[in-house]
Amino acid sequence: MSRRLVLGVLAALLAVAAAAVAWLNVRGEAPIPPDARPVAGTPAQVARGAELARAGNCATCHTARGGAPYAGGRGIATPFGTVYAGNLTPDESTGLGAWSPEHFWRALHHGRSKDGRLLYPAFPYPQFTRVTRDDADALYAFLRSLPPVVQANRAHALRFPFDAQPALAVWRALYFRPGVFEPEPGRSAEWNRGAYLVRGLGHCEACHGERNLLGATQGGLELDGGLIPMRHWYAPSLASAREASVADWPVDEIVALLRTGAAPRGVALGPMGDVVLRSTQHLTEADLRAIAVFLKSLPQVERPAPAAGPVTPARLAEGERLYADHCAACHGAQGEGAEGLIPPLAGNRTVTMDPPANLVRVIVNGGFAPATASRPRPFGMPPFAHTLDDDQIAAVATFLRRRWGANAAEVSAREVTRFRAAASD
Amino acid sequence: MRVPAASLALPNTARRAVALLATVAALSAVRAAPPPVQDTIAQRVAACTACHGKEGRAAPDGYHPRIAGKPAGYLYHQLLNFRDGRRHYGPMVYLVDPLGDDYLREIAAYFAGLDLPHAPPAPPTADAATLERGRRLVAEGDPARRVPACTACHGAALTGVQPAIPGLLGLPRDYLSAQLGAWRSGQRRAMAPDCMAEVAKRLAPGDASAAAAWLATQPVPGPAAERLPQKPPLDCGGVAP
Repeated sequence: MSRRLVLGVLAALLAVAAAAVAWLNVRGEAPIPPDARPVAGTPAQVARGAELARAGNCATCHTARGGAPYAGGRGIATPFGTVYAGNLTPDESTGLGAWSPEHFWRALHHGRSKDGRLLYPAFPYPQFTRVTRDDADALYAFLRSLPPVVQANRAHALRFPFDAQPALAVWRALYFRPGVFEPEPGRSAEWNRGAYLVRGLGHCEACHGERNLLGATQGGLELDGGLIPMRHWYAPSLASAREASVADWPVDEIVALLRTGAAPRGVALGPMGDVVLRSTQHLTEADLRAIAVFLKSLPQVERPAPAAGPVTPARLAEGERLYADHCAACHGAQGEGAEGLIPPLAGNRTVTMDPPANLVRVIVNGGFAPATASRPRPFGMPPFAHTLDDDQIAAVATFLRRRWGANAAEVSAREVTRFRAAASD
Repeated sequence: MRVPAASLALPNTARRAVALLATVAALSAVRAAPPPVQDTIAQRVAACTACHGKEGRAAPDGYHPRIAGKPAGYLYHQLLNFRDGRRHYGPMVYLVDPLGDDYLREIAAYFAGLDLPHAPPAPPTADAATLERGRRLVAEGDPARRVPACTACHGAALTGVQPAIPGLLGLPRDYLSAQLGAWRSGQRRAMAPDCMAEVAKRLAPGDASAAAAWLATQPVPGPAAERLPQKPPLDCGGVAP
């Protein structure tokens, strides 16, 4: 074969691949009608849109710290660089002021901006694609009802090649398909409502789903847990009894966790506290019950416990001494906690789950439970970042993972170093 | 139905035995379990005192300042400043992020209400000329650069003014100097108009360090003043009575 022929075949293959990628990126997209214009929604749409925006927790990413709500500017750190959330207020030049409902729908459903650019999936359109057109229109109506804020969008700071639209097109061709939520006929209306909220606007999968090397959540069991990129919090699996499964929780306790941030068998920590504070505490009782019913029904998996491995008696003794000096006064000599005030550590799944990211983060940074309307004066766990070094934190964490019936693997000082390195903010 | 009192009476020896048993039981209970966690504001804010020292008396590291006894309005504004992006110390931001205004006000009032003795000031760490430069700047300002005296806002005794102007005494030199530096660079901000940022930017090189050096050597003579005798020289966000 001549060299020219080989090159020709390669070029043809590339052209076919490019065409496939291009086609996969516009498949199913209706063209925007030329007369598409911004419209004002009805008061009912605005009110429903406000509720939906809370269900989707839109404000958390689309509001800079101390900034105007929904005016964007917050940076979302990803392994590929920082993506800055856009201005959703109806300002003509810097926000969504010139967007029609069709443009908004295309962004939510197809992940494409008004000017045709592909959107980065830090905006969770792989989940939002399941939102109905009616709900998208209500969200649009709510956003249009906000006071317009002049605040130019900040350019993303992504590394090559992730900053290039063709790279994003390839990613989308591999991992994104526009979808609709199909109710499961064998299930109750309540279950289907819960599934719609969890899989769609709630975008629970964005944290509780495992991501591959290219940052895509896909395949495997639903909500089976994942380490949140860059933030070093582990969003535990709702499919595993050893992690965050609620299959055997009463519906009321799941609702209580989502409403108040605390339940008899668990509290919302870190990013989940934020979700409770800014999103789920505001949902209606009916929606919270629907979510609970759906979460209880998730397929479960029984995995053998990971090998716990040996720990030297000296290491356990060191952890025990540190526990007695720094922890027992509040958490109790037997890790029993104080009912309604201080969480128990004995039998606590956060202590034993793998990776031990959350345990380390809580010891390092401490933290308050979310100050929800029903628990506005939470207790705060003291941060130990200045009191204990990485090796001591590893020792006390290891002690907790081997006492009171627990038998989880030792935590190493290296793991502590790794998990505490994430920004605490 | 009423039980006649006499039927509850026990012979003296039996009563003594019961009392003894009760005492033994109480003592062994004390020994077996640590004191139960109390539902108090002090317990709720254990996250604060981990770094700011017991009851907010300041940590020995010179980095985490005393918060006990500072004016409540000042403390409240700092909590808001951390939560709302005007101050940027990550661990503080993380702690106050999920808390609401009312709770932050309660936390501020709790620490403001703690009246605890101050430790004696640290021995001077600067030479006499620097200390004198600092003293003059604090007492007289620098009219040439339109820098007001610290006393013009922070009170003649520099102990702060209720409800929202902090005192400048009883703080380590490193902390004071770091705050002035942070204000100059915009790293620390307050509600607009941000008078302290304005003052910090007017300072000559070396002024902040000299003022911090002198302030850190002064004992704390008493609590914050109730009011300023005159109008402050600059408009300040959040401190109007």
